Amino acid sequence: MSRIVRIAAGQGFWGDWLEAPVHQVRDGPIDYLMMDYLAEVTMSIMQKQKSRDPAAGYARDFVPAMERILPDLAARGIRVTSNAGGVNPRACAEAVLEAARRLGLKGKIRVGLVTGDDILDRLDDLLARGHELRDLDTGRPLTDVRPLVRSANAYLGMAPVVESLRGGANIVITGRVTDTGLTLGPLAHEFGWGAEDWDRIAAGTVAGHIIECGAQSSGGNLLKDWQRVRGLERVGFPIVEASEDGSFVVTKHRGTGGVVNVASVTEQLVYEMGDPRSYITPDGVADFTTIRLRQRGKDRVEVSGVKGAPRTGMLKVSIAYFYGYKAVGTLVYAWPDAYAKAKEADRVLRARLKDLGLEFEQILTEFVGLDATHGRLAGKADPDAPEVQLRVGVRTREKAPVERFTREIAPLVLTGPPSVTGFAGGRPAVEEIIAYWPALIDRREIEPQVRVELLTA
Amino acid sequence: MKGKGTVGLQLRWLAHARSGDKGNTANVGLIALEPDLYPLLVRQVTAARVARHFRGMVSRVERFELPNLNALNFLLHDALDGGGTISLKTDAQGKVYSTALLRMEIPVPVALARRARAQRGAH
Repeated sequence: MSRIVRIAAGQGFWGDWLEAPVHQVRDGPIDYLMMDYLAEVTMSIMQKQKSRDPAAGYARDFVPAMERILPDLAARGIRVTSNAGGVNPRACAEAVLEAARRLGLKGKIRVGLVTGDDILDRLDDLLARGHELRDLDTGRPLTDVRPLVRSANAYLGMAPVVESLRGGANIVITGRVTDTGLTLGPLAHEFGWGAEDWDRIAAGTVAGHIIECGAQSSGGNLLKDWQRVRGLERVGFPIVEASEDGSFVVTKHRGTGGVVNVASVTEQLVYEMGDPRSYITPDGVADFTTIRLRQRGKDRVEVSGVKGAPRTGMLKVSIAYFYGYKAVGTLVYAWPDAYAKAKEADRVLRARLKDLGLEFEQILTEFVGLDATHGRLAGKADPDAPEVQLRVGVRTREKAPVERFTREIAPLVLTGPPSVTGFAGGRPAVEEIIAYWPALIDRREIEPQVRVELLTA
Repeated sequence: MKGKGTVGLQLRWLAHARSGDKGNTANVGLIALEPDLYPLLVRQVTAARVARHFRGMVSRVERFELPNLNALNFLLHDALDGGGTISLKTDAQGKVYSTALLRMEIPVPVALARRARAQRGAH
């Protein structure tokens, strides 16, 4: 029987279930723990934290998570890949090494530190040399918002992960490495896959995509037959059992909750999908129309047949820039005539904002319970609804109008329509909007700058 | 659209779905509940009809076929009121846009409608 490599998802985003990595390590056999923390806007949040504190700027959850499981990792030889480093992978690596020393694991933990994705300090040089970094969605050149840019990171692929593992790292800590690269890297390392073995690269990428959102492929957020999904209170996060030929089985530890079936894997496969024939990563292009799924026993789905194509010459760049301010206020109106009362409150609020001469880029009103998720498709409002939440959001470039808006919600309780409650939280907060600017850059500008350092506790 | 012996049936009885976002575009993956329902979805859930279903809510609809997964993928452009962090919507990232597509009705044979509803526990 051919060798199997087991890669377990421990986190699907920054904020995911803290117990998951502990269960993945202790509830059954695994070889690697993959911890994905980065969504599109996460980097800018981290950049903001780093600007206040030079030792911050990474997924702080990662360090206590490692502290809980480091002894298990060391004892069983389980290795970790994670993009928890955010915009400060060095500080993250040092914090993990410090935790290892505290646990008496001196000399036993080696961290692979990956840098070179952060191009914030190189932006002006790149722009000056003709890289326009146009917004992929709008086509605008980055010079339009250059002074407002807060973070800029190129998406790296599996290469620095493979190099770290080859160098003996137990824990690989990166900045903006793709979610899929954290799974593909260990597979390429273990099986010695070539960087131009496009079908296997595509297969490892699909494996990464299936587990990168954690339990979303093992019963969490599963729509088909959701009433029959059992044990979500102890949901088993997904595990890939991969073979050298690129085929793999998606499963979870025995005795855990949730479910792994063709439906759960398919729902995750189509999540955030564009053109299924070209799922583009720094490592290659996967064709999702070639994926074959087969149920192979309880909580086991076999994935095979994946075809790939060569990587492109470009890397995606994730840029975050300051856009403006927003705030959202809510109030709850009770039966009878809940919807009519909420509508009247909205009218009063808007009239007051107008009288104050406040201007907004947008004022959006939703009636939660009636139209917030389906809009007009939800049909006519039920006049007998037991309650309706009025939810009003505003957005503008200046802070002052948003600030004033947040002071106009509470007065409605005593100066507006009746039967209103749900105001215990106080004034809504003014939020800074950091917006996302996706762009492309020639990979030859990035790859020579990527560094791998091996640090020992 | 409805022929003799057919009836309008909401997609919720024929498919399941998941959605996500890419900027101001929502994607909805629509998956046949049983493989033999997939050809019906391919025939009836066209990009044009989905655009009509969401008129006023999206600017443009693209459709991709994944026969290997019995799935269709729809890109709903300009669906998220700016998307990401800019959008003021509750569902700024289109997480439940999928369920709004499941409201759409398509014409199906009466017998199929009865069977599909019965299988999913409806009366």
